Amino acid sequence: MIGVAIQMLVGDKMKFFALIIGLSFASMMIAQQASIFTGYAMRAGAWVRDTAQADLWVMDPQVEVTIDFKRMTDTQLQRVRGVQGVSWGVPMFVGGLIARLPDGTIQAIRLVGLDDGTLIGAPPGMAEGELADLRRDRGVFVDQRDLTGLLRARRDTSAPALAIGSRLDINDHEVEVTGLYRKTAEFFWEPTIYTTYSRALKIAPPERKTLQYVLVKVAEGHDPAQVAEAIRSETGLAVYTGPQFARLSTWYVLIQTGILINFGITIALGFVIGALVSGLLLYTFVTENSRAFAALKAMGTTNGRVVGMVVVQALVAGLIGFGLGVGMAAINGHVAGSDGQLAFKMVWQVPVIAGVGVLACCVLAAVVSLSRVLTLEPAVVFK
Amino acid sequence: MTTAMSKPASSTHPQRGELAVHAKGVTKHYGKGDNKVLALRGVDLEIAYGELMMLVGPSGCGKTTLISVIAGILDRDEGELSVFGNDYAKQGQRIKTLWRGANIGFVFQQFNLLPTLTAAENAAVPLMILGESRASAVKKAKDMMSRVGLESKFNSLPSQLSGGQQQRVAIARALVHQPKLIVCDEPTSALDATTGHAVLRLLKGVALQEDRALVIVTHDSRIFGFADRVATMDDGKIVTIGKPSEVMQ
Repeated sequence: MIGVAIQMLVGDKMKFFALIIGLSFASMMIAQQASIFTGYAMRAGAWVRDTAQADLWVMDPQVEVTIDFKRMTDTQLQRVRGVQGVSWGVPMFVGGLIARLPDGTIQAIRLVGLDDGTLIGAPPGMAEGELADLRRDRGVFVDQRDLTGLLRARRDTSAPALAIGSRLDINDHEVEVTGLYRKTAEFFWEPTIYTTYSRALKIAPPERKTLQYVLVKVAEGHDPAQVAEAIRSETGLAVYTGPQFARLSTWYVLIQTGILINFGITIALGFVIGALVSGLLLYTFVTENSRAFAALKAMGTTNGRVVGMVVVQALVAGLIGFGLGVGMAAINGHVAGSDGQLAFKMVWQVPVIAGVGVLACCVLAAVVSLSRVLTLEPAVVFK
Repeated sequence: MTTAMSKPASSTHPQRGELAVHAKGVTKHYGKGDNKVLALRGVDLEIAYGELMMLVGPSGCGKTTLISVIAGILDRDEGELSVFGNDYAKQGQRIKTLWRGANIGFVFQQFNLLPTLTAAENAAVPLMILGESRASAVKKAKDMMSRVGLESKFNSLPSQLSGGQQQRVAIARALVHQPKLIVCDEPTSALDATTGHAVLRLLKGVALQEDRALVIVTHDSRIFGFADRVATMDDGKIVTIGKPSEVMQ
């Protein structure tokens, strides 16, 4: 009878397509919005993941996100290095400054100063130039994508784009582009410019506290969690592993920007619309086939089997709708996100969430429809 | 007029004349309170194996209610009812439904074919309900369709068939699982006179055998002649029962 149930469903082409479209739309909305949500979440911690050389990040306890510039005194670096189990600890400066391009365009930037000796914390890949070029006089690295983005000349659009050798001002200090790097797209949009730690301190306005992070490598044979706890107890500073700091930043962004609630609402809307559309259509389908179901019951089909038939119909429609919806979302993400602008990341959990959402739509639709079928008197076939 | 049959059904090989259906004092009402309507007011009826019984009477007299009760689709309120020695009142809903599926075939006024299934698949439905595989059920359904003259319409959808052809598919469906009792509700009302007679000849020729009984509810006096006996109902009771010629008078 499962085959009969499927034929009943598929045979009524208009309703079947309407049902599939409803479920596909719901599935697509859930999958697409969840993927964009995931994309934003991943971007929020991207900079931390790109800075993968260190085991631990040490910072002021009040830091809540990567761009939360609450710095420490330089002496904290030595205190951290003195904790047992620390193989090495290097300083990192991060600060928000103003850059002026050769054409006069002014742009807010994030300046990252890396340990002069080791350049630990450098970007994950170079597009032009080599990492050692950062040590050259006035040297800075800029993101290759920013050349056509926020670091493009906007006051004089005929001015040449920044390239290796170009000079620009940061906080009225002249610097020279000595390398172009590649990074993972981030949630925060201001251009990130790398230089050495000592140069960053010269460029930035003088402050008593200049140390944003200490990047720590745990000595071989030591447990990172224990070392983190030792640093915490001996210095009073906050210590996170890379994934922990990425997660902290991600949650901060999701909560403070309202992304979580906004995307949550959209995903919920997808579910509600899907449930309403599919429930209504399946109910209409069952209602219009009520004589057929009554005839089947009269001919000996038990309620249990009728329930099975309706559930199969709902699941078949749901499976097709789920596949089409997730497929469309993936294609949308692939096409619209090919230039890296769309924050789209379909991790394996997204289809699972969409599948659960569509399944819930189908279950609701089936329950609504079954209430009609189960109370159907087979005697109506004689009316 | 003849009023009753007498020999009880034997459990193994029923013979023509033995009782297939025995109803005594059967009542049935619909609604409650002021809206309560008595549809059956103490019906006594006996149908023998090998017999074609027609139930006739004006609209609302209780014919359809009576065959629904006999077929186990509706529960009676009072009275005794035995169908092939089976008492529905002693069965749960599920058992009753399964029993009905195995022992009763239906021919409906509006055919009630599933529009998205082919004729052969429609005819195979009762076998599939009984758990037979689709391939086997359709094969048997095709054999039955051949017996009702529809060998060229196996793969036609109901919408591609005439009213008479659809009713023949419905007859094939009612017979494919070899039920003991065939219940027909106005099988000719949607058909012209010629097609209606053809359908009745078919029903009587193919469906009616010594170990089966056939009950037909009809308004159509043109087909009374096909019956062994005709029971006339009025206001929830059987008022006369006898041979067609007697009733026609």
